[in-house]
Amino acid sequence: MSATHTIVNLPDQRTATLPKRTYLNNEDGLLSWLLTGDHKRIAMLYLVSITFFFFIGGAFAGLIRLELLTPQPDLVAADTYNKFFSMHGIIMVFLFLVPSVPATLGNFLIPIMIGTKDLAFPKINLLSWYLYWLGGLVVLGAMVLGGVDTGWTFTTPLSTHYLNTHVVTAAMGVFILGFSSIFTGLNFIVTIHRMRAPGMTWFRMPLFVWSHYAASILMVLGTPVLAITLVLVALERLFGIGVFDPTKGGDPLLFQHLFWFYSHPAVYIMILPGMGVISEVISTFSRKRVFGYTAVAFSSVAIALFGFFVWAHHMFIMGVSNYSALVFSLLTMLVAVPSAIKIFNWSFTLQKGSITFETPMLYAFGFLGLFTIGGMTGVFLGALGMDIHLTETYFIVAHFHFVMVGGMLMAFLAGIHFWWPKMTGRMYSESLSKLAAVTTFIGFNLTFLPQFILGYLGMPRRYHAYPQEFQVLNVLSTAGATVLGVGYMLPLIYLAWSLKYGAIAGNNPWQATGLEWQIQSPPLTENFIETPIVDHEAYDYEWLEHKTAHEVTTVG
Amino acid sequence: MHISPVMWQFLMKWLTNSALFPREASTIAPYADALYFFLLLLTVVGLTLVCTLVFGFSIRYRKEKNPVAEHVEGSTLLEATWTIIPLALFLIVFVWGALLYFRIYNPPTNAMNVYIVGKQWMWKAEHPGGQHEINALHVPTGRNVQLTMISQDVFHSFSIPDFRVKREVIPGRYSTVWFNATTPGTYHIFCTQYCGTNHSVMIGEVTAMSPDDYEKWTQTSTSGTSLAQNGERLFASMGCNACHSGSAAARGPNLAGVYGSKLQLTSGSEVLVNDAYLRDAILNPSQHITAGYAPIMPTYQGQISEDGLIDLVEYIKGLKTNYRVQQTLTTSQSNQAAPTTPGVVKP
Repeated sequence: MSATHTIVNLPDQRTATLPKRTYLNNEDGLLSWLLTGDHKRIAMLYLVSITFFFFIGGAFAGLIRLELLTPQPDLVAADTYNKFFSMHGIIMVFLFLVPSVPATLGNFLIPIMIGTKDLAFPKINLLSWYLYWLGGLVVLGAMVLGGVDTGWTFTTPLSTHYLNTHVVTAAMGVFILGFSSIFTGLNFIVTIHRMRAPGMTWFRMPLFVWSHYAASILMVLGTPVLAITLVLVALERLFGIGVFDPTKGGDPLLFQHLFWFYSHPAVYIMILPGMGVISEVISTFSRKRVFGYTAVAFSSVAIALFGFFVWAHHMFIMGVSNYSALVFSLLTMLVAVPSAIKIFNWSFTLQKGSITFETPMLYAFGFLGLFTIGGMTGVFLGALGMDIHLTETYFIVAHFHFVMVGGMLMAFLAGIHFWWPKMTGRMYSESLSKLAAVTTFIGFNLTFLPQFILGYLGMPRRYHAYPQEFQVLNVLSTAGATVLGVGYMLPLIYLAWSLKYGAIAGNNPWQATGLEWQIQSPPLTENFIETPIVDHEAYDYEWLEHKTAHEVTTVG
Repeated sequence: MHISPVMWQFLMKWLTNSALFPREASTIAPYADALYFFLLLLTVVGLTLVCTLVFGFSIRYRKEKNPVAEHVEGSTLLEATWTIIPLALFLIVFVWGALLYFRIYNPPTNAMNVYIVGKQWMWKAEHPGGQHEINALHVPTGRNVQLTMISQDVFHSFSIPDFRVKREVIPGRYSTVWFNATTPGTYHIFCTQYCGTNHSVMIGEVTAMSPDDYEKWTQTSTSGTSLAQNGERLFASMGCNACHSGSAAARGPNLAGVYGSKLQLTSGSEVLVNDAYLRDAILNPSQHITAGYAPIMPTYQGQISEDGLIDLVEYIKGLKTNYRVQQTLTTSQSNQAAPTTPGVVKP
């Protein structure tokens, strides 16, 4: 590829070497990893861990799609199928999506982006990772002991009185995972408030940091509600305390209020960090500051705030009062606006830029398209009367997969491809990674677009068998899932390959402006040799050019 | 490539029998579809706009064309535009959606009522005339039908996609939904709220019939005793009439004509007597003491099934005078066994 088509700027491969001393080889041995306080090492531990759980959750998704290939309940028994989608949901939400970008990229990058050595509480950061694994093992334990079939929503009174599976074990796993998430959020908030480098004012921070700040607030304030709700479920199940039991004066709807009070903000915990990634990627590959930096920063905070006041839109058909339904529908419409603002700001960042199309940018474009569909179909569901027909069908399944998978997972992959050279010091294969981005996009659409049609036809979610006339669309969806699976396997292969054989990336292969790109790749354990003094705005490409030119003259 | 004729036939049949859009079989369906198409249009316009911007800028400002980026800070005018226009559109959707919601969930006053009891994993439909159905529901076309629904165990959700109606069926609480079927035919009933092992088997069929056919159906499939008659029998066998005898000196309030009236409670509050109130007053009497009466009624929690409660509610609903209660008092000893009609499914 000629130099005009790309901004990739790798050092001369004949002379280039990886830096002698990096966070990866600073200390050796397994213990040096397991007892590390280094945010970068913890990020890598997380990366390996969430990838492991992603493929377990993905395997369940594959089994679900395989069962749904035919209308008859023929692959597995009903109970087994119910366990499949429950485990798929629990693993993907709590063990992959919630920690995905924050615990890996956020952990790795936030201290570097704001110019400091580490997070505020390195040991608590390590504790988060251990809690993550403890929670993960308890969830896996519930699976191995015989599984759980509540769905990821643990709906009462089904979960408390009617199921004879490992509900308490699974709930305990999620409870523990909640603390891992709270500690991560707490660490980010304190770090961003207290540890910014001299000159790094709030409005000089990269948008990646802003979106993590907003997500952290949600983690810290929302997750405790989930924790206490799950404790109540366990108490109800073990001792029959009756909080959710109508025959004892409890209210089964109360569970849903409490659960969604966390689980709706959790959607924003999952998507906001992804939005941060998209801001970085789009700015870098169009060589321009993000259009309307302040609007994008504040829309993250607005989403976080509004996100707390829309939970009952999951309950429009559940007999909540008509007037509370009205209020929650209105607030839902309001929370859609900041997302729309972001989409247009990102689009206009491209205007008058100098755009190149490296792999992270392709994933980011995928994100823009899929998130627009995911967001707009959310408006369908927020409209009261429309929600009646669409809720609890495949329409809602398609909608949240567009947001979570089409949005968050695309953003996660964009981020991984973008910062991989920084994390490892190596480049991956350009052509293979572009192939993977395109495969993922095609596979994703083939999997989930038919599900919108199925949903409008009325096919209910969590069905093990379905009427004959829905088969064609289900076959399309399963075919798409196969393509999607290939799209996800590819990065695993070429990224692993790049660890040994990839080209040396150098400090700043994308010529990006963030502080993380001004240090060596992979970075030193201490990140910076001396504390950086920030004297420019975020995404200041002129500053970067000036700095590069200056370096050349000094060396020359 | 050669495809065998048998294979070809199979494929064609498979494809032509598959559905892409649900039938519009109720008066509400066209209203729901109108909003749906408006939203689809919004999505397509929005998506086209985003794609045009992204692809347009990508082509116009790619590095080959535009080697040096020009710096733009932002534009208050543009940003205000894409804040206000989506906001306005979303508010239109909100109002439209709210109107549709009230249309679907506020039943007209002249609707005929059918009771639905959900349990793991079946739907029981109970018509006031004594027709009992499982996983089936017969309704006339052209009439407003209200469903009063309750769950015996977990959350279920009663959904008829071709009518575009759905409502959660909740344990311990009546919920209602109504529709007016327009086209005779059979339509799917789905349980859409995950309810355990056989969730996907909790399905059934609504049969919408012309009023004449419906009349014939009600004649041929009744169990012989109406819900109110069942309720009357239960009323007597539970000994309700000992206190609710209707006489002036009775220990319990007079029930004749109580349905639809406003009651003054000892707690000071005033309540409208409807199905939900009657049900709750039987199960948790101590919460609902009518002013002027002593709190002596025991709870019937766990003693009467949801079906029995529906029977009692139907009976009390129909009590216009005390004559009926007096009759029950005198006949309750002699007439305990219900007449059974062979061949009719009765839960």
